[in-house]
Amino acid sequence: MAITMTPAAAQHVRRSLDARGKGAGIRLGVRTSGCSGMAYVLEFVDDVAGDDKVFENHGVKVIIDPKSLVYLDGTELDFVREGLNEGFKFNNPNSLGECGCGESFNV
Amino acid sequence: MALLQIAEPGQSPQPHERRLAVGIDLGTTNSLVAALRSGVAEPLPDADGNVIVPSAVRYLADHVEVGRSAKDAVQDDPFNTVVSVKRLMGRGLADVKQLGEQLPYRFVAGESQMPCIETVQGVKSPVEISAEILRVLRLRAEASLGGELVGAVITVPAYFDDAQRQATKDAARIAGLNVLRLLNEPTAAAVAYGLDRQAEGLVAIYDLGGGTFDISILRLTRGVFEVLATGGDSALGGDDFDHAIADWILAQAGVSSDLAPGAQRTLLKIACDTKEALSTTESVALEYGGWRGSLGRAVFEELIESLIARSLKACRRAIRDADIDAQAIGAVVMVGGSTRVPRVRQAVGELFGRQPLTDIDPDKVVAIGAAIQADTLAGNGRDGSELLLLDVIPLSLGLETMGGLMEKIIPRNTTIPVARAQDFTTYKDGQTAMMVHVLQGERELVTDCRSLARFELHGIPPMVAGAAKIRVTFQVDADGLLNVAARELASGIEATIQVKPSYGLTDGEIARMLEESLDKAGADKAMRALRERQVEARRLLEAVAGALQADGERLLDAEERAAIELQISELQQALDGQDGDLLARRTKSLSDITDAFAARRMDASVQAALAGRRLDDIEE
Repeated sequence: MAITMTPAAAQHVRRSLDARGKGAGIRLGVRTSGCSGMAYVLEFVDDVAGDDKVFENHGVKVIIDPKSLVYLDGTELDFVREGLNEGFKFNNPNSLGECGCGESFNV
Repeated sequence: MALLQIAEPGQSPQPHERRLAVGIDLGTTNSLVAALRSGVAEPLPDADGNVIVPSAVRYLADHVEVGRSAKDAVQDDPFNTVVSVKRLMGRGLADVKQLGEQLPYRFVAGESQMPCIETVQGVKSPVEISAEILRVLRLRAEASLGGELVGAVITVPAYFDDAQRQATKDAARIAGLNVLRLLNEPTAAAVAYGLDRQAEGLVAIYDLGGGTFDISILRLTRGVFEVLATGGDSALGGDDFDHAIADWILAQAGVSSDLAPGAQRTLLKIACDTKEALSTTESVALEYGGWRGSLGRAVFEELIESLIARSLKACRRAIRDADIDAQAIGAVVMVGGSTRVPRVRQAVGELFGRQPLTDIDPDKVVAIGAAIQADTLAGNGRDGSELLLLDVIPLSLGLETMGGLMEKIIPRNTTIPVARAQDFTTYKDGQTAMMVHVLQGERELVTDCRSLARFELHGIPPMVAGAAKIRVTFQVDADGLLNVAARELASGIEATIQVKPSYGLTDGEIARMLEESLDKAGADKAMRALRERQVEARRLLEAVAGALQADGERLLDAEERAAIELQISELQQALDGQDGDLLARRTKSLSDITDAFAARRMDASVQAALAGRRLDDIEE
C-alpha cells in the first residue's frame, strides 16, 4: 500500500506549505459526492490523526486516512500545466471512470 | 478537466463548486490580476510569463488592443491609444482641464459630462476604456483558474472619492466582473504582509510608482483599517529618475537635449536600464553617441536626491495631518517598482526610524493583498482570517444647507456599512418642495466639496417655515455606495436616490455599455472555446507522439505512419492559427486515424500480459 508524488507535485506542495507558514503535510482523501460517486480531497494538514497513514515522498509528508487509502492505493499525485491553468492531478489506478472534470470518479 | 488546488483543512470544495475569486490592481501605468492557489497568493502570468499588463488601450478599426502592444503604439497612434486612463476616472470634463496636463486626446463631453475620448471606434468614456483592461484580466484569470469567477476585489487609491469609486465599479460591471469589494490600495498592501492579523497599530504605506507617489497612514483597530491621512505627488515617480539619468548622460556626452522622439525613447530606455542595474551593482558602464563613461551609484543618488526629498516632504506632511509621531508607526510597507532603489529604502527607513518591509515584490504587493481578501470574501476562509476587513468612508458625506454650507452627516473614517439620519426643516412659509444636494468632502463651503447628486422632495404639506420635519437618511453599503432618502415625517412622503455621482454614468450610458459588453460576450466565448480546443489538440499530439515513439516501428507500416504524420503536421499548423473549427476538425481527423493504431497497441499489450501464462493463473 503506497501513495506517491511526482517531483513537480512535491515541489509545489513544499512551496504551498512554506507560503502558508505551517502544516505537517498534505492530506489526500476521498469522500462520497460528485457526479461520478467519489470526490477527491486535497488539503493542508495541521493535525495528524491516530489512524492516519503517513507516506513520505521527496521530503514531503502525504497523510491519508485508512478508508480513503482503499480507494487511492497506488495513486500518484502529479502537478501539471494545461495552457494557463495549473494544478494537482490524481493518477489513480483504481478509478474506472471520471466525470470528465477530474474532480470526481468511481471505482 | 479541472486541476485541483490544496484547500485548508476541512475546506475542500464540492466538485464543480470551487469558488474562484481574484484580486485586481487596476493601476495608472500597469495592472495585474492575482489569485490564491494552493495557499500561495501570486499574480497570474500570460502565456509568455508576463504578469504585468500595461494600462494602455488602443482602438483600431476592427478590434481593441490592450497592454504592451497598445503601449508601444502611443507615439504612432496618439489619438486612438489611451494611457493613464485612471486619472480620468470619475472626473468631469472641467476637472480634466484643471488637471493642467497636456493630454493628446480629442475630448468630447459625454451624456453625463464625462471626459469622453473620440477614437476610431467612436466616442469612448474612461469607464469603457478601463473596462477593456479589466476584461483582459478577467479572461486571463478564467483561463488560469479553469472556471468562471465568483468575483473580484479591485483596488483603488485611498483618496478616490465616491464618483471615482463608482466609475471603477461601473467599469468592472461592463467587463463582466462581479465586484466583491473595492479595497484601498494601501490597505491591500498591508493585508499582503498580514498586518491585518495584528490587534492594532499604525502603518505607513510608501508607494512610489512609475509616475505617481502616494503616502498613506493607516490605523488598525480591531480588524478595521482607517485612513488617517493620505498625501503624495501625482507627478513624481520612477520616470523622473530616468529623466535625471538621461539629462546627466546628455550633459556628459555634450549632446543637445533637443532630441527627436525616437532618439529620446532610446535614451530613456538606456537610462531606465541603468537605474535598474544600479539597484544591484555599484557602477554601470555607458555608451551614448560616441561618448563612453560610467555612472556610479553615488552620483545616481545625488541626481535623484531632490526627487526623494520631495517624497519625504509629502510623508512628513501626512504624518502631521494624521496628528501622530513618526516613531509611533509600527510598520512601513514599500509599494511600487521605484522602491527597489536602495537610496529610497534607506531614506524612508531613516525618516520613519525603522526598516521598511520589502520582502514582497513591490510591483505585485497590492494585487497579492487584494487576492487574499478576495479569497476570504469568496468564502474559502483561511483560519485566523475569518474576520473580514472593514473599510471606512474616505471623505465625509453630507448635504448642502442654506448659505452654501456643507452639513456633514457621516464623518470620514466611519466604518461601513453605516446609516445615519438627521432632521431638517423648511426655510420658507408654505414651502412644498426641498432640494437635497449630496456632497462629499472635508471643507465647509459647498463650492469646495464634490457634488455627488441632487434630488428633490416634492409634496411637502404647506406649513409655516420650520414646522415641517424632514428626515434625511444616508446609508452606505458594504461596497461604499451611498443611498440617500428624504422623508417628510408628518405626511410620510419620501424621495430617495442611489447616488449616481455627477460624473458617473447615466442609466442610458450604462445600458448601452452593457449591451456592447453582451456583444463582446460572443467574442469572449469564442476565444475561450479556441483556448480549450488548443489544449485538447496539444494533449492529443503529445499522446500520439508518445505512442509513435513506443510502438510506431513495431505496429505500423510505412504508409500508415506517413498518413499519421501528415495529420500531425496539419494539426500543428492549425494550432498556430486562430480558427477554432479547423482546429476541432483536424483534432478529430488525427484522433480517428490513430484509432486503429491505439486498438493494435491495446491488443499487443494484452497479448504481452497473457503470453506464457496459464489460464488459471490469469483468472486468479
